Order: sequence, then structure tokens, then C-alpha cells
Amino acid sequence: MINGATGRQRGVLALFVLLAVLPLAARFGAESFLLSVATRVILFAIAALSLDLILGFGALVSFGHAAFLGIGAYAVGILSSHGVTDVLVQAGVALIVAAAFALATGAISLRTKGVYYIMISLAFGQMLYFLAVSLSAYGGDDGITLAGRSTVAGLPLLKNAYTFYYVALGALAGSYLFMHALVGARFGRVLIGTRENAERMRAIGFEPFRYQLTAYVISGMICALAGVLLANQAEFVSPAYMTWQRSGELLIMVILGGVGTLYGPILGAAAYLLLEDGLSHVTEHWKMMFGPMLILIVLFGRGGIAGLIGRIAGQRHEAGHG
Amino acid sequence: MSTGLFLVQTLNGLQFGILLFLIAAGLTLVFGVMDFINLAHGVQYMVGAYLAATFTAMTGNLFSGLALTLPAALAFGLLLEVLIFRHLYDRDHLEQVLATFGLILFLNQAVRLIWGAAPLSVPVPEILSGSIVLMPGLLYPVYRIAIIAAGLATALGLYFLTTRTRIGMLVRAGATNAEMVSALGVDIRRLFMIVFGFGAMLAGFAGAMVAPILSVEPGMGDNLLILTFVVIVIGGIGSIRGAFVASLLVGLIDTLGRSFGPQLLRLVMEPAAASQTGRSLAPMLIYILMAAVLFVRPSGLFPVKQ
Repeated sequence: MINGATGRQRGVLALFVLLAVLPLAARFGAESFLLSVATRVILFAIAALSLDLILGFGALVSFGHAAFLGIGAYAVGILSSHGVTDVLVQAGVALIVAAAFALATGAISLRTKGVYYIMISLAFGQMLYFLAVSLSAYGGDDGITLAGRSTVAGLPLLKNAYTFYYVALGALAGSYLFMHALVGARFGRVLIGTRENAERMRAIGFEPFRYQLTAYVISGMICALAGVLLANQAEFVSPAYMTWQRSGELLIMVILGGVGTLYGPILGAAAYLLLEDGLSHVTEHWKMMFGPMLILIVLFGRGGIAGLIGRIAGQRHEAGHG
Repeated sequence: MSTGLFLVQTLNGLQFGILLFLIAAGLTLVFGVMDFINLAHGVQYMVGAYLAATFTAMTGNLFSGLALTLPAALAFGLLLEVLIFRHLYDRDHLEQVLATFGLILFLNQAVRLIWGAAPLSVPVPEILSGSIVLMPGLLYPVYRIAIIAAGLATALGLYFLTTRTRIGMLVRAGATNAEMVSALGVDIRRLFMIVFGFGAMLAGFAGAMVAPILSVEPGMGDNLLILTFVVIVIGGIGSIRGAFVASLLVGLIDTLGRSFGPQLLRLVMEPAAASQTGRSLAPMLIYILMAAVLFVRPSGLFPVKQ
């Protein structure tokens, strides 16, 4: 098992090194389409990673997580339409609003369990979606086109596709390390304990509700950060950021990659977006191939991509001993 | 707010609620009895609408089209059950969500491939094409009345089926405790198949019924699916009675809220602010209702599971 753990750490390190050298090795042009795809993958990986904290370690299946993407995106859209174009201010506001939203909705929704939690998280997501649709001062259904990307402490760092990519990658690495530490700490153990048996956690003196609520707030804040960057990449903000389909996509990225693994959602986001992108180049009916793929993955590949990697590594491990 | 307009919108809300009930009845049973989250229930409604459009065009008549649609929707549901769903019953909810989401992607696109992306329209049958006079100067289409009547009749039939027949008793027992029913010697797999096929047929029926008044297009079931989930959660998962009450509640609140919300708010707010707040609040009403219901009764209005 110790071998497996170090193997995984090496794998994650390799993944980040690969992402770091990708733009250099591939020599994309300045306005490269591929670089923007890679950036998009990283931004969704942050969102999926944030969902994995509550889904994988808290067993909270949130069907409204895209609301936080929307909070981040609208913080950028609304503030920049009032002339506040610095991402540090925008991200600060996004984090505060996301935390407040998570506290308010979590306090209510965490009282329900299982399927009822799924539905109540969906309800809150839909409420925010319709609120955005009705914001006629900020484009309503049509959304807001940004005048340009945000500045970072006054510097136009996000304008350049390469620096934008590395800012995104830095955010992903930071989020991953933070969550990795969080899950390994006492906080994460209480969360996992609650997932396994909330009754026993209560019996040994923990109040699971507080830990779950804290995890939900952290998860929402990180997802809002992804929203801030996504809005900057697209230079466009609209209610489409928080449709229930988008929440579903985030769930699927996590499940596809491997629930409760932290690195799985990164792979899941990459697999989902690259498949979507690749297949849509092959045929306009790519969903007819993608849909059955998802079904086959569920029927035959348990544990998502991370599970698959684990099995391959496990076999090699056994073969080494045999 | 005139009485006439209120009457029309109430009927519209009723008709919307009935439509939701036809879809929710199958979903709540599949969910309640088999503990299976079927996101693809919405596309079964869509397939029903497309089948009705095709058969109506072939036979030239909605009634004969409907007669062909029902067995076809049943057969389609059973096919899906045998091919995919029965392998997912003992998986966890997340895997069911993933697989049925894949099925949504596939079927939405398949429909686009077969029938094209442009919306189809289905003619209202001759006998039901007129309007009736609700009040002097106030007309209401007969076809919408017919939908309400057909839906109420179906609800009544379902009520008798679940409370007065042996199979209905088994379904109710299954919703309360499927393992116990299985332990008592009932072939639970067969029961699952019946419930599933029947649910698919009801969803197909709903799609066929509304085909003449809505545009039949790919993805038409997606947003309705979410509303249907709202309905079964408010009603209590596995409860037909709950689904009925919640469907009508959601249908009426949504329809009336959208048309009269701004006017009601005008009693307590400035007109401009009232219309802005009303417009943003109206689509949220049913979600607020769901959150409120779950806050007070965490298992819905009519909980089934012990």
C-alpha cells in the first residue's frame, strides 16, 4: 500500500509536469486553439476538483455546483461593467459571495440526505440561474460581453494566452495541494468518517454538520475561482454558466475520472472536454458516440479512469511479485 | 386581474400539472420501487412525442397515431430496460446518473439524426379543434380541456390500479420495501420490468398528448425532466398520490406565478420594481416551494419509505 501511495504521488507529479511543459513542447502559436482548449481543461479541472471535495469525501452529491461557476463569472462581469477590472478585487468579491451563498444554502440543504439533498442542491442552483436570467441590467438571458480580460494588480497578465495558461495551472496546482492537505488532515478524516457513518461520528463527539458545511463552503469558493477565470477566458458571462446541465457535466467529470481521488477529476475533466472536442471534429453527431461511451464506462469500467489506472498499476505490482 | 384571465390561467396550470403528473407517475415508481435514478425518463417523453408525430402523419389521425404510439413506447421502454437499465439496478446512484445521462445524449442526437433538428408540428384532430365558451367573450381550446380530462382519467385509472389490484399492491409493497417483497417469493425482476415498461408508456403517452400543442423537438424532455424530479421529491418518492398533488401544485404555482406574480407584488411595491421582482421571482417559485417543503418535511409530503 505504501508503494501504491508513492506511485500515485509520482503519477500526480508527472501529470503536473506534463501540464507545465505542454505549451513549450507543443509550440502552439500565440492565438492557438489547442492552447485555449488546454486552458479550458485546466479551468474545468479546478471546478471538478472542488466538487470532488464534497462528493468524494463528504458523499454530498451536489447537482447545483455550477451556481458557483456562475457566481465567479458574474463577479467578473458585473464588476468590470462598473469599471472594476482588477482580478484581485473580482476574485475577492467572488470568494466572499460564494462563501455567503454556500453558508446560506448549505445550512438548509445539509439537513436533508441522499436523493433529497441532490434535489435541494439542484433547487438552489436553479434559483440562482433564474436570478441571473432576470438581471436585465446585466444582459439577462444574453449575458455580458466583457470589454477585455481582467488585469492582475494593474498588469495585463491575462491578455497573453501563455501567461493565462500558467495562471490557470497555478490555480489548479494550488487547489490540488490545498485539498490534498485538507483531506489528509484531521478535518478530512472527520469528513470521511461522517461519510461512512454520521451516527458514530456524533457518538464520539463530533458535530458532522459543521464539518460538512465547512467543506461545502471551501468547495464553493474554489469553484467560484474557476468561474472567475472561465469568464476571463471566454470574455463573456451569461446564465449558461449555471444551467443544471453544466452541474451535471461537472458531476460526470468527477465520476468519469474517479470519485474521491482528487487527481481523478483532473483526468475526468480532460477526458470529457477532449472527447467532446475530438469527437465533434469527427462528426456533428458526436453525442451519439459519446453517450454510449458513458454507458459502457459505467457498465464495464468501475471507479472511472482512476480506478482503471489503479487496476493496471495493481496488476503490474502483482506481476512483479509473481 | 380579471376573473376570465384567472380562469384561463388556472386551466393552463391544471393542464401543465396533469402533463407533469403523467411523466412523474412513472418516474416516482421507478425511483421508489427500484431505487433507480432514471434521468432518461425525459427523453422517453420526447420519444413518445416523436412517435406520435410519425404515426399521426402515417395514419392521418391523432387517435390512431396514439393507438400505435402507446405499444411502441412500451416496447421502447422494455427494450431499454433489457439492454441497459437492468444492469444498473444494483449500482449506486452516481453510476446510474452517469449512464442515463449518456443515454440522454445519445437519444437526443439520434432523434435529431432521424427526424432532423427542425421542430415538427402535429395537427389537432378535427373533433377537438374548436374552442368552448367559458364565459361570454372568453374562449378556451377544446383540445386543452381534452388533455385535462384524459390526464384525470389516467390518474383515476392509476389510483384503482395501485389500490385495488394485486399488481398494484405488489408495486406499493415494493416501494415501501423491495427486499421484503422479494423475500416473500415475488419475482422482483419481473415486477421491475412491468413498472418500468408502464412508466415509459405513461411518459410516451404524455409526449403524444402534448405533441399537437407544443413543438416536437430534440431536447424537449430535458427541462421537463427537472420539473418532474421537483414534483416527485415534493410529493414523496414512490407515492402516486404525492406525485398527483405535487404535480397540480407545481403546475398551478408556476403558471399562475408567472402571469399574476408581478400584479400581486404591485400591491406592496412600486410598479417598476414589482414587475422586475415578479419576473425574476416567478420562475424560482417552484424551487422555493421545494426547498420549503423539504425543510419542513425532509421526505416530501407523502413519505412512502419507512
